Amino acid sequence: MLVPSSKDSELLASLDQIHLSLQGKTILHDVSLKLQAGKILTVIGPNGAGKSSLIQVLLGFEKPQSGNVFRRAKLRIGYVPQKISINTIMPITVERFVALAGKRKSNALAALDETGVKHLAKQAIQQLSGGEFQRVLLARALQHKPELLILDEPAQGVDVIGQAELYEKIATLKDKYGFGVLLVSHDLHLVMQKTDHVLCLNQHICCSGHADDVSQHPEYQRLFGNLPAEGLAVYTHNHNHCHDLHGDVVTGECLHPEHSSKDHSHGNNMSEVDQSKSVSLAKEVKHKHG
Amino acid sequence: MDDFLIRALLAGLLITIIAGPLGVFILWRRMAYFGDTLSHSAILGVALGLLLSINVKIGILLSTLLVAALLIYSQRQKKLASDTMLGIISHSALSLGLVLISFVEGVRVDIESWLFGDILAVSWNDIAYIAIGVAIVITVLLVIWKPLLSLTVHEELALVEGVNVSLISAIYTLLIAVLVAIAMKIVGALLITALLIIPAATSRQFARTPEQMALFSIGFGMLAVIAGLFASFLSDTPAGPSIVVSATVLFLMSQIFKKV
Repeated sequence: MLVPSSKDSELLASLDQIHLSLQGKTILHDVSLKLQAGKILTVIGPNGAGKSSLIQVLLGFEKPQSGNVFRRAKLRIGYVPQKISINTIMPITVERFVALAGKRKSNALAALDETGVKHLAKQAIQQLSGGEFQRVLLARALQHKPELLILDEPAQGVDVIGQAELYEKIATLKDKYGFGVLLVSHDLHLVMQKTDHVLCLNQHICCSGHADDVSQHPEYQRLFGNLPAEGLAVYTHNHNHCHDLHGDVVTGECLHPEHSSKDHSHGNNMSEVDQSKSVSLAKEVKHKHG
Repeated sequence: MDDFLIRALLAGLLITIIAGPLGVFILWRRMAYFGDTLSHSAILGVALGLLLSINVKIGILLSTLLVAALLIYSQRQKKLASDTMLGIISHSALSLGLVLISFVEGVRVDIESWLFGDILAVSWNDIAYIAIGVAIVITVLLVIWKPLLSLTVHEELALVEGVNVSLISAIYTLLIAVLVAIAMKIVGALLITALLIIPAATSRQFARTPEQMALFSIGFGMLAVIAGLFASFLSDTPAGPSIVVSATVLFLMSQIFKKV
């Protein structure tokens, strides 16, 4: 299911030298990016880096002081906001919530089916867990037949396995529909495996490039320190193999000492934990697909 | 049954047809204070009507629409918190109205009937006026129902999906202004919000969809109007407050029912 290459380079939206300050405080400084059909762009950055503001500017909710925002004419955007809460005094089912975006009821069920939460259709929207809610939001975004899908911290409040499955789902849907994806996250090692391009944001763009390049970049290492570099590498590796190898083999490979040293390991307990998480994750995913 | 009682019932029941659906949105959007502000400002309208020697109904309608416009505008500024703005507008409009009414010469103004309603004095003319208002409000509400529901659930999602959020919000605010203007005579400026909120809150636990909640809210409102009017008729209690008390009793009963 490859998207035709002509569509690959189609520009959906872009930011050009955006400068945004709110109440005199600089939020974004000289930020540029391009969003293309069929491509995943991941923006990573610590809390307060301006990630959500970046989305607000792109959606047109915030007006930057300078710079250009380009959105292709009549661009259909699917938006998955950060975990939102719905007033419990409103009686509304999941199906109805999704249908608010579309024209017909049957569409809502189809979209819920596609994101794997059709069984929740009749439930009250307020009773969902974090992971379920993200999938429902994704279904609602799909209702809109998006050309560009924007996700703001979709993995927040979702456990590690749920995150991997969610990203897998987004990647699958992207391949099917050919939309462009902008994914914003402060959680790194799970995000990056399917992404085409990574921007590391901390008010300005610290570094950018392919996932592996970024994780080796000194600016990135300075920002995120010892946290995800190993986890990232481990995960990417795992993914290439998890369909071919047994779980045991993956574990052995990931804990290989050579591997850690190659990735400028800062060698503390935290990264150990991350590694083992990623390993068990790879097993789990394999299980489900196997 | 006496003629005035039939008119009172008719007027009350008509009002609940729009108070129900408008009220559930007030709950969902957490706008109770907003409704208060609009209804308090209606007292200013009474004063304007009397001072300018125009029809008081028109004075009320003008002032609620004016304050609604002011509220819509003030929501777009971000310097003052919205509840601060509402508090300022609400109480200054009410007080200014009461001060201005004291300047009205010649006529002795029965201020209590404007504050707490005078449903037993409703004329057939009033009923025609209420019926027209109800017909307009319900038609407009049906037209904007879906986008209004969407922006109530989540404003940013609605915006991204192409809902004109500020326009729909503004229309909804104007609808409440119209409701306040026509319901003044029924329960009075101080109690209108009760008619919006209490039946809506009562219906929550019985409803599974937004539409059900709106319909049940109309039903509970009608029950409250009927019970309140008969209580008022039998034991000579003030009609407007009796309706509100009935609505509250229904609410309390629903809460007990919920526990069982």
